[in-house]
Amino acid sequence: MTIQFKDETFRDDYTFSNSDWAIKRFPFPFHEDSYMYAVNMEQHRGGPDGSVYEKRFDVDEHYVSEMRDRAMVLADDPLRCQSLPHMTLAGWDLLELIMVSKSEDYPDLFELHRDGDQWHWINKPLGIDDKFTFLDETSLPYGPMEYITRQTQGDFCVLDQRDDNLWMDAGIVTTQADWSLDFDIGMNFFEWHAPVPLAHEKGIFVRALKFLLNIQQGAPARRLNWTMTVNPLLDTSPENYHKWGIQKTSLTPENIGQKQHLRVELQTFFRLPRSNALVFPIRAYLASFDDLMTVPKWGRRLHRVIRDLPEELATYKGFIDNRPMMLDYLSRYDDGKPTSDGIWPNLDTDPPRD
Amino acid sequence: MSKFEFPEAIKSRPTYGTLEARPGKAHLFVADAEGAEAIIDLAKADSGLMAKSHVIYIPKDTGDKFVSQLQDLGINQLYVGPSFEAAQTRLQRSLADAHMGLQVYLCGTEGLMGQAQRDAMAAGIPHTAIQTEHRGSVARRMQCVHCKGITEDVMTDPFVCSHCGLNLFVRDHYSRRLAAFQGVCIDAEDPGNVPPSAELYS
Repeated sequence: MTIQFKDETFRDDYTFSNSDWAIKRFPFPFHEDSYMYAVNMEQHRGGPDGSVYEKRFDVDEHYVSEMRDRAMVLADDPLRCQSLPHMTLAGWDLLELIMVSKSEDYPDLFELHRDGDQWHWINKPLGIDDKFTFLDETSLPYGPMEYITRQTQGDFCVLDQRDDNLWMDAGIVTTQADWSLDFDIGMNFFEWHAPVPLAHEKGIFVRALKFLLNIQQGAPARRLNWTMTVNPLLDTSPENYHKWGIQKTSLTPENIGQKQHLRVELQTFFRLPRSNALVFPIRAYLASFDDLMTVPKWGRRLHRVIRDLPEELATYKGFIDNRPMMLDYLSRYDDGKPTSDGIWPNLDTDPPRD
Repeated sequence: MSKFEFPEAIKSRPTYGTLEARPGKAHLFVADAEGAEAIIDLAKADSGLMAKSHVIYIPKDTGDKFVSQLQDLGINQLYVGPSFEAAQTRLQRSLADAHMGLQVYLCGTEGLMGQAQRDAMAAGIPHTAIQTEHRGSVARRMQCVHCKGITEDVMTDPFVCSHCGLNLFVRDHYSRRLAAFQGVCIDAEDPGNVPPSAELYS
């Protein structure tokens, strides 16, 4: 299908909304009626037609507006995009990966023409038509990582691999679940995950690192992660927490269905060929509780997951104070019927809601 | 005793050991306040070390308490300065002039060790090759995640950012690149509701 790009905002008046198409393809993150941290990694080699897994870098109806929001965040705070000096080559690797993938996966939207190192990139949705010399930084208006990620949904961490560890040595981070690139840049895998509760003790990070260190070219991986966000605010940064934190207290039983959003991250991992770096895109999808309740299976399951989530996780994910109100709302959509395995809506096979 | 046993904390939080003399032709010490005691202890354990050492020492509020003891150690090159900032260009020059194999020893407060470590890393020395020993105050060097300003010698949690004035709580999350812990607004979700400040580790 042709994507109809929306003109919407992720701040102030919050005009963001999901079409029915976007709701049905939402990456609901719970494959069963409970949740605990897990490495939950799988190969990123496509998925069902139309799903967010189908393409290497999913483009959806929010693309143009998300890129406008990113430009606003960067204008306010240029430190959201940083690359340590040794990471420039990895930035070119990333630019190549995204340009090749998008031009192959969405030929009606993106074109890449290459003649040796003379490249011609056309991004139709954003109205960009640039000719540049591959590996020549002076031929682009930004560094290669910043140039291409200003045109690609999701945050990007570019991880250097050395000393049997991964190092957060470059990235662009404007749609994050409350962590600071400026603070974490230069840290290793265990250090930047240090504030996460429970998962260290469960050995999650040791196993995840072992897996990630061995990701090969052409064999990307993916997983889902999630949190909760009040209002469809992409920039839930610690930098601006003193401004947006107060919004968490604006929930009422009347507005919770529209204001409370499940925030899902599609995390993917690609080995980069020249630098041997690992790029870690973190793509955020937002859906309001009202959106999610249109799928009976998701209504039942979300209630059970949020109800039974350990207190440490609800605290870390920042919704412990609002959990009772969430449960009041969600319990109305849980009729006690069984749910099918897996994340897909299964509208035709799961029972309708009573 | 000026040593403090830090409780176990998250994995980004630095840990410190006890300085040991390592083989080498050149030894660089950076210390502040009670950090002098770690140097004095090491000099007792290895009498030949000080003749090969350059010591950069910032007494802070210990004044002259340790200076004469340091002067009696036979240190090859002893500098006593008023602040880390004042000593920093000297430190950077020493690191730039250093040959392969320089041994670096840091002792004293976390803020001093963090900043000296940052300069040593910038000079190409891996942080894992730098010895550290905590002595004296448990005050922290804090970065405000909101305005990015650094507040030195924070002793209480929460505290007021010395740059933007927000009330910040003290996290254990630590950045070697910034040589600082992270401070985050404590009353963002309930403006004005700031718990009373308590001394760190009290």
